[in-house]
Amino acid sequence: MNAESLAGTVALIRLIVRRSRLWILIWVGSITLLAYLTAVGVESIFPDQASIDQAAAASQNNAAAIAFNGPAQGLDTLGGEVAFQVGAMGMVVVALMSAFTIGRLTRGEEEAGRLELVRSLPVGVHAPTVAALLTVAVMNGLVAALVSAALIASGLPATGSLVMGVSFAAVGLFFAAAALVAAQITENTRVVYGAGVALVVLAYVLRAVGDVGDGSLSWFSPIGIAQKARPYADERWWPLLPLLLAAAALIVIASRLAVRRDHGAGLVAPRPGPIGAAPGLGRPLGLAIRLQRGTLIGWAAAVLVVGVAYGWIAPTIDSFVANNPTVAQLMANAGTGTLTDTYFATSFRVMALIAAGFAIQSTLRLRGEESALRAEPVLATPVSRPRWAASHLAIALGGSVALLAVAGLAAGLSYAIAGGPWNSVPRLLAAAIVYAPAMWLMVGLALIVFGFAPRWVDGAWALLAGFFVIGLLGVILRLPDWVEQLSPFDHIPALPAASLDALPLAVLTAVSAVLVLGGLFGLRRRDIG
Amino acid sequence: MLHRFSIHGLRGSARSGPSAIDETAVDALRQHAHATGRTPELGASAPIVVTGLVKNFGTTRALDGLDLRVETGEVHGFLGPNGAGKTTTIRILLGLLRADAGSATLLGGDPWRDAVELHRRIAYVPGEVSLWPNLSGGEIIDLLGRLRGDYDRKRRDELLERFELDPKKSARTYSKGNRQKVALVAALASDAELLILDEPTSGLDPLMEAVFQDCIREVKAQGRTVLLSSHILAEVEALCDRLSIIRLGRTVQSGTLQEMRHLTRTSIKAELRSPADGLDKLPGVHGLAIRDSQVRFDVDSDHLDFVMRRLAELGVAGLECHPPTLEELFLVHYGEELAKEQGQASATSGGPR
Repeated sequence: MNAESLAGTVALIRLIVRRSRLWILIWVGSITLLAYLTAVGVESIFPDQASIDQAAAASQNNAAAIAFNGPAQGLDTLGGEVAFQVGAMGMVVVALMSAFTIGRLTRGEEEAGRLELVRSLPVGVHAPTVAALLTVAVMNGLVAALVSAALIASGLPATGSLVMGVSFAAVGLFFAAAALVAAQITENTRVVYGAGVALVVLAYVLRAVGDVGDGSLSWFSPIGIAQKARPYADERWWPLLPLLLAAAALIVIASRLAVRRDHGAGLVAPRPGPIGAAPGLGRPLGLAIRLQRGTLIGWAAAVLVVGVAYGWIAPTIDSFVANNPTVAQLMANAGTGTLTDTYFATSFRVMALIAAGFAIQSTLRLRGEESALRAEPVLATPVSRPRWAASHLAIALGGSVALLAVAGLAAGLSYAIAGGPWNSVPRLLAAAIVYAPAMWLMVGLALIVFGFAPRWVDGAWALLAGFFVIGLLGVILRLPDWVEQLSPFDHIPALPAASLDALPLAVLTAVSAVLVLGGLFGLRRRDIG
Repeated sequence: MLHRFSIHGLRGSARSGPSAIDETAVDALRQHAHATGRTPELGASAPIVVTGLVKNFGTTRALDGLDLRVETGEVHGFLGPNGAGKTTTIRILLGLLRADAGSATLLGGDPWRDAVELHRRIAYVPGEVSLWPNLSGGEIIDLLGRLRGDYDRKRRDELLERFELDPKKSARTYSKGNRQKVALVAALASDAELLILDEPTSGLDPLMEAVFQDCIREVKAQGRTVLLSSHILAEVEALCDRLSIIRLGRTVQSGTLQEMRHLTRTSIKAELRSPADGLDKLPGVHGLAIRDSQVRFDVDSDHLDFVMRRLAELGVAGLECHPPTLEELFLVHYGEELAKEQGQASATSGGPR
């Protein structure tokens, strides 16, 4: 890499900032806010050392909590509690931010054909990539600075706050570099996003299994490694070093791959496709299946891995309760079923929230097709708008249920194989599928925006992010009841810990149906394009 | 220089009233229709009847009372500068956009309300062909054909051969011209009675352009109707029976190429035996330029025989005379924008010299 190959980098960074300032602001801002609000929330929940100690005792060996949050480190301090609550989740968000930004700025621009125009200018071979990488590095730098500052401002010790902020950024840089490698291999931006999500899910799950076990598996997860920096609990900086080294190595690999491929192409040469369409590819539904097949399979794989991991961990929780009479007593008094049941209820809420990403992505495929002018040729044939929309909706609604079924079966089977009872397979399947109405509601919400205000469809993602915060941090953040009630996922009976209540399911389904019909009505009335 | 001059001269009459020209054009059209035995009255029988169409996008007025009429069996050229409203008109005809005012009738139906029914009878090639990157060209052609309903696989294969398109390649790897071929093959493989083509050949090479023109002639021979939006004037000249020129969302002129020529001017270059006195006083003569014994000017078609008689009196040693090319027609109508810009430029630089 010489100076020539970097010509124009600064101008390109300016262009990126100009085009993506809102994107940058929203990601960095919401991560900072997440950390700050969690810190403030934890501080208000635990007013004195006694309450902290009590919480620490409950979480210390609690495999369920550890599986979701990470290793129990310094839980007898406020900072340790904050890191426990928001550490893993924050890192997941930073990782997604970095991978998505890289995908969008590199392969996304290339696939859209805009990079071709840029490359025709006196711009170096590596300049667009380096500009994207520097932008993401700055975003992560901002995250490190702002998260540290926010935590310190909330009253937490400076060193721990700094370690926390920097470990977020280290995770972000790793996933940025990984996404950059993926962007060289495939010519499809969607696949880069998918690879990013898959790697993040894998990192989260490896860490969960590792942390619940002897911790060695966590060293294979970037998130697990970052947590070894132990913010607020005898901080140490060195675990962040391998993360940054790995990121550097990935960047070198990406640059080697980049010069070996053609502009616009991936590393894998495209194979010739079929000479004609298969019989199924002649109806709108056939086309929708063909277009969304890959997406659905990707999400199913992600949900499968998470489900298997959560099921696999569960027997540890049984033994934790068996060895801990105080906790057993506590659970019995609370009357919320066994700890394992509560654990599974939480697991499925998390998995449903993850799978809701598919529900939204799948529904918004309609908007993607419209913006890319690919809806036009279909709608110029005797296919009505509702029929066209219904083809993608069928995948969104049906695929959501399929993903929940995969999650339930995966968790149930792996739990049974790991030593749990076999009758948990149908129980857990039901506990997963019960979230279907909440998923449908997400489809309905996305569709109503698509029908009436198509420019604002990305708001559906913001809504899901909000429901994530409500679902995972609602208690910590001390959100008012009415805010928690906004999330459809909080209305779903928490099987298997709670009992089945059909009313909220029926109401959610009915609301979803109204939203879907409303969205179709809006679509019929508005301009396409 | 002279060329430029004559255009400027012509603009005067074009500006003095597009409506006046339109009326003459309609009259001429009626006469022409009578002569050829085509339906003279503006009934609902024509495949495309658009009157006073208005479409706003926010504060921008894309269509401002546009009229368009396409008769059965004709190839109708649809011309206009970039942003004139051609694609917007076509999207309204496809029921993708809803008009704010005016009326549009497609094959006797309402393009918005009866979209699905009407789309069985039309084939469409978009101006910007966007394909599903992970499907092969062959798959896309089959898909669109099956969605439309009437689909002739044999004709598809024949067209693939004629357009030299490899159907096995994934759409991601197609060039602009090849993407256009995919859309063209899909449209031409159908039996649609109306083809709506939005600049379908802007990416094709001259060989493929010739194939395209052959295909359109075959379509026409079968009595089918074609609306052809195009910037390639030679193509319009070669294929179109009638044409409509639009600008700023309005129709500025419509008719056969013959009629349009009739409505404009013939350029004349003559070598005279005696001084060209009084030529500039003759009615219908514009942009007269005299160099020694050589004169050049444009003349309104109505006054052509009168002017020729006067020329003969002056004694003609040599004569060149040609009707306006389509390009010139085009420039007359597009030229107004040019003039406006120039007007502004001269105004800012301190008025005319």
